[in-house]
Amino acid sequence: MSITASGLAAATPLASGRFLDNPVFHNQLPDAVLETIFMTAATAVIVAIFGLPLGILLHNLGPKGLSPNSPVYRVVSLVVDIGRSIPFIVLMISLIPFTRFMVGTALGWQAAVVPLSIGAIPFFARLVENALREVSSGKVEAVKMMGASSGHIMRQVQVREGLPGIVGGFTVTVVALISYTAMAGAIGGGGLGALAYNYGYQRYQGDTMLACVILLVIIVAVVQWVGDRVARGIDHR
Amino acid sequence: MIELTDVSKVYPGGVTALDSVNLTIPDGEIHGIVGRSGAGKSTLIRCLTGLDPATSGSISVDGVDLGQARGAALMKARRSIGMVFQHHNLLDSRTAEKNISHPLEIAGVPAKERKRRVEELLELVGLTDRRRNHPSQLSGGQRQRVGIARALAAEPRVLLCDEPTSALDSGTTRQILELIRRLRDRLGITVIIITHEMSVVREICDSVSLLSEGRIERSGALLDVIQDTGSPLSKELISLPPTAALRPGDTLVEALMAESSQLADVGQLFSLLSSQGLDARVEAGTIETIQGRQVGRLHIKPTTRAEAEQIAAVLRDHGIHAELTTGAEVEAERAAHEEDDARAEQQEENQ
Ligand SMILES: Nc1ncnc2c1ncn2[C@@H]1O[C@H](COP(=O)(O)OP(=O)(O)OP(=O)(O)O)[C@@H](O)[C@H]1O
Ligand SMILES: [Mg+2]
Repeated sequence: MSITASGLAAATPLASGRFLDNPVFHNQLPDAVLETIFMTAATAVIVAIFGLPLGILLHNLGPKGLSPNSPVYRVVSLVVDIGRSIPFIVLMISLIPFTRFMVGTALGWQAAVVPLSIGAIPFFARLVENALREVSSGKVEAVKMMGASSGHIMRQVQVREGLPGIVGGFTVTVVALISYTAMAGAIGGGGLGALAYNYGYQRYQGDTMLACVILLVIIVAVVQWVGDRVARGIDHR
Repeated sequence: MIELTDVSKVYPGGVTALDSVNLTIPDGEIHGIVGRSGAGKSTLIRCLTGLDPATSGSISVDGVDLGQARGAALMKARRSIGMVFQHHNLLDSRTAEKNISHPLEIAGVPAKERKRRVEELLELVGLTDRRRNHPSQLSGGQRQRVGIARALAAEPRVLLCDEPTSALDSGTTRQILELIRRLRDRLGITVIIITHEMSVVREICDSVSLLSEGRIERSGALLDVIQDTGSPLSKELISLPPTAALRPGDTLVEALMAESSQLADVGQLFSLLSSQGLDARVEAGTIETIQGRQVGRLHIKPTTRAEAEQIAAVLRDHGIHAELTTGAEVEAERAAHEEDDARAEQQEENQ
């Protein structure tokens, strides 16, 4: 937040007479918004694809799961927690070689998707695990007694009954992702974060900073609104 | 056939929930399990289904021990068991009809056939107009009925019910019990019903077990258990209302008539008694219909202990169970019973 504060304080846009009439608004802002959205959306898809199964795996290896296995659970759990506890900026820098290998470059929004995904997958997996734990064991037992397979129980009971919680967790994850995209942007990832850093902070453009902040707030609000609507729509409790 | 031999269950933490339980339930029988809260009733069913394997002993449900079975064999064995849970355990994400058709989906029944069966079951439990409601939109009793319909959907060979009617009013309870009995008569399914309502046992069970602290205290055919006059289970099944004007020192004759003919003769018996100069007054009485037979219990209050002996002798001559008891004993039994009930309620609240 100190970035925002110093950026705004240092700016004297009215005196220079170009507040809200900044060429950056026409030239860079639309692309930056799109980049942030692409970065977030691509990461969200990858996080959903890998985080959901990882969360299901965690839950079912855990003490209340379908096949508890505490040594394996502890190992997976540790890996997930390590992933969650590395500060994002450190993760991003340390992953540069891997990112180059995956995407061919360490710059641009496509490259930022790699560390963003790796940071968010364990985070989301834990939230999925929590959501599944909320599904009462009685429901699982009732369906077990119908002679259901473990796969059926995972899909039709754990995930289906835990879906409102999973959607809630996904919304939290995406919102967190948006703030990380800004950080990723500051070190070469593009998007609104890059714009805010390069123009708002380094060139003292208070209006650019303000515009970036407002747009990020709007994006977050939209994501939260959609997430809440979807969660409410599927919640029959 | 359901068979338990020396089954014990010790929960991690050291609670012995079942202690060398032996029980045999033949095909087509409806067996009631009664007992106080915490006696181990639910545990017994959990062991039968393999949801919580027994610690020791052997279990067989139609020849399969579900605690030992694994994989496909376990899945197959479970498909022939219907289960009604103490807390309905319906899926909130599914409507009433989807909950009912769930076991059929798992069993791979084609959609058209599923639709027909669900239709039938909705009709059976009187919820046709609630088919598209989710459990949260149903009352407690309606949820329980959906749970029962779901348990019956796949036409199981064995039906296990944990307090199936405790959330239902007496009219609905009667309908559900009637339904279970009809199914048994038509399909010959074997049924276990856990209940704390003696009326359920009287109405539907062929045999009954009393579970107490993990042990089977008494088990047998319903009429046999009732005729075991001194046992607490018999007294609960045919229970007498409390009598106000009873002093601890009073001597009473307790009579049990387990044959309808004996009951019809009671009037004559009393004129016989008074013709012998015995002044017998009925203090309290209950008559219940058990398996189509009328069974009654009376408390007769004579004036002296000697008269009581005489009255009991006359009754026994006529094939009626009769024994002497005192006001103090009756009072003590009632107090113990009430204490048990209070404790059960307390536990219920704690959950
Ligand atoms: N998972 C468990 N772990 C440890 N102890 C348990 C567990 N489940 C039940 N028990 C204990 O086992 C005993 C029997 O419990 P059970 O649920 O079988 O009682 P119940 O007869 O069904 O009672 P109720 O009428 O209240 O349902 C109780 O003392 C209970 O505390
Ligand atoms: Mg119970």
